[in-house]
Amino acid sequence: MPSNAFLGVFAKSPIKPIEEHIKIVHQASETLIPFFNHAFKGEWTEADALRVQIRNLEREADTLKREVRLHLPRGLFMPVERTDLLELITHQDKIANKAKDIAGRVIGRDLEIPESIQADFLAYLTRCVDATKQASEAINEFDELLETGFRGREVALVEKMLVELDAIEEDTDEMQIRIRKGLRNIESELNPIDVMFLYKIIEWVGELADIAERVGSRLELMLAR
Amino acid sequence: MDIIASYGTLLIIIAAAVGFFMAYGIGANDVANAMGTSVGSKALTIKQAIIIAMIFEFAGAYLAGGEVTSTIRKGIIDATPFMDIPELMVLGMISALFAAGTWLLLASMLGWPVSTTHSIIGAIIGFALVAVGSEAIQWGKVAGIVGSWIVTPAISGFIAYLIFMSAQKLIFDTDKPLENAKRFVPVYMGLAGFVMSLVTIKKGLKHIGVNLGTVEGYALAIGIAVLVGFIGKMAINRLKIDPNADKQMHFNNVEKVFAILMVLTACCMAFAHGSNDVANAIGPLAAVVNIVEHNGEIAKKAALAWWILPLGGLGIVVGLAVLGKKVIKTIGEGITHLTPSRGFAAELAAASTVVIASGTGLPISTTQTLVGAVLGVGMARGIAALNMGVIRNIVVSWVITLPVGAALAIVIFYILRSAFGV
Repeated sequence: MPSNAFLGVFAKSPIKPIEEHIKIVHQASETLIPFFNHAFKGEWTEADALRVQIRNLEREADTLKREVRLHLPRGLFMPVERTDLLELITHQDKIANKAKDIAGRVIGRDLEIPESIQADFLAYLTRCVDATKQASEAINEFDELLETGFRGREVALVEKMLVELDAIEEDTDEMQIRIRKGLRNIESELNPIDVMFLYKIIEWVGELADIAERVGSRLELMLAR
Repeated sequence: MDIIASYGTLLIIIAAAVGFFMAYGIGANDVANAMGTSVGSKALTIKQAIIIAMIFEFAGAYLAGGEVTSTIRKGIIDATPFMDIPELMVLGMISALFAAGTWLLLASMLGWPVSTTHSIIGAIIGFALVAVGSEAIQWGKVAGIVGSWIVTPAISGFIAYLIFMSAQKLIFDTDKPLENAKRFVPVYMGLAGFVMSLVTIKKGLKHIGVNLGTVEGYALAIGIAVLVGFIGKMAINRLKIDPNADKQMHFNNVEKVFAILMVLTACCMAFAHGSNDVANAIGPLAAVVNIVEHNGEIAKKAALAWWILPLGGLGIVVGLAVLGKKVIKTIGEGITHLTPSRGFAAELAAASTVVIASGTGLPISTTQTLVGAVLGVGMARGIAALNMGVIRNIVVSWVITLPVGAALAIVIFYILRSAFGV
């Protein structure tokens, strides 16, 4: 006997896959920390192994994203807007893409980061990864939000998490200014093309936090409805 | 008249067989709907669901199943035109059962969601149309059934909404959801016990010869409710709470508490389903037996033969045991983010609606109430995803079931007529 048609009423919920997706995405951005630790020391084989790991995570995230899109048919009755969910996962996915781009670009040029800015750079990167972690934690409250029907105490909790996310992102902005200044002071001693790439990498790392914040604001929009 | 006199026993045996066939189909298909949410939310395993369904379907059919029977038997068609031709009534009821059972099995095999209640009503209308013409059909009652397509889901949806929102207010949206769950879930259990026992007492017990007054009835129901709540509280206290499950809201643990409640609502649902849907199979059967036993006289009021209710209950249980497992199994996977608390709100509401409707004699469909209840929880933004497209299809199937049941019954009726040479 085929599956009962009444059960078709319950569509597959995209909530779990979305939570799963941001976990993977966050893992990808997190892997950048050991990646750069190797890059600082010029250990390119180890760094490349981590780049492959990041790329694999990015692919995994891509598959999951596609699945969510496919399993989100029209005519679903959801507590949140279908378009909001699709946009949310699109933004989430950009974090993994960015992480992959950063790792790829650094490996592609065997880009050395000058020692004088390494400490600042690591702190800056860690803070940006903090932002993706915070976004991941906020998204992981999704099923709890659902449980409470997007109302009351749980909403307040998530909003607090999002305020924290904003604060982290602001931090990274300031750190970015400092690290650019550090790079400017030594740029005359470096290969000009490397410097161009370094500026680019710094910018991209900052974008990790920017996108994480954007994911947060998507969630915020859903809460507001 | 000769037909009934000479073939009386044979007719009863045929009617009993097709009645059993119909009940079998109901058990195999409908019960999956009734138990679906419990298995889907992982509150019950498939095996547990089947055992619960067996016990409570039978209990529901036997203890509270009598009331709807009379509605189907006398409410839809007017017996007066059949006074002179009782053999047509007998053949017609048999063909109605056969038609509805066939349609039910066919539709289940094709995966269409049909209402068993409406198949039998459609079939009865069908044979009445060709046997004596449209004047035998009480169109007002039919209109009432059409109205129930809207009213029933609305009622159960509303109840589900209220239950879900109350759980929100009392448990989930509080400082200490876990403590509140422990405090209030026994109350919900008591509520479920109250509804179930009240209907059993008021409507069902007289079939087995127990008559209680209003005050005693309510007192007993409240007593049972308190007892159920108390047992539930003990079960909850034995629960292992994992303090590390989730840091902030302890929702995982809260859901564990609700899972216990879910076991109870699953019982409720099976009971309600048995009480309402067994009538579909046995209503026409009861009519046949009555006419044959009174030698062709169509009695205005007649007692149900003692073996009819158990036969219907047994048919449902056998159908469930043989085919239900497969259907229920498909539920475990693929269902949405359905937690015990949401499943509970939907099931308790659906069960209450069916039980209440069963008490008032309205032949409603379990599928309808469940769809309504699930929608109600969805409206309260409690279920992650509902497939509106499928809901639309289900509503369409409610509508087409009546004409299809009628057409099938007409065909079978003509075949039977020529077979018996009437």
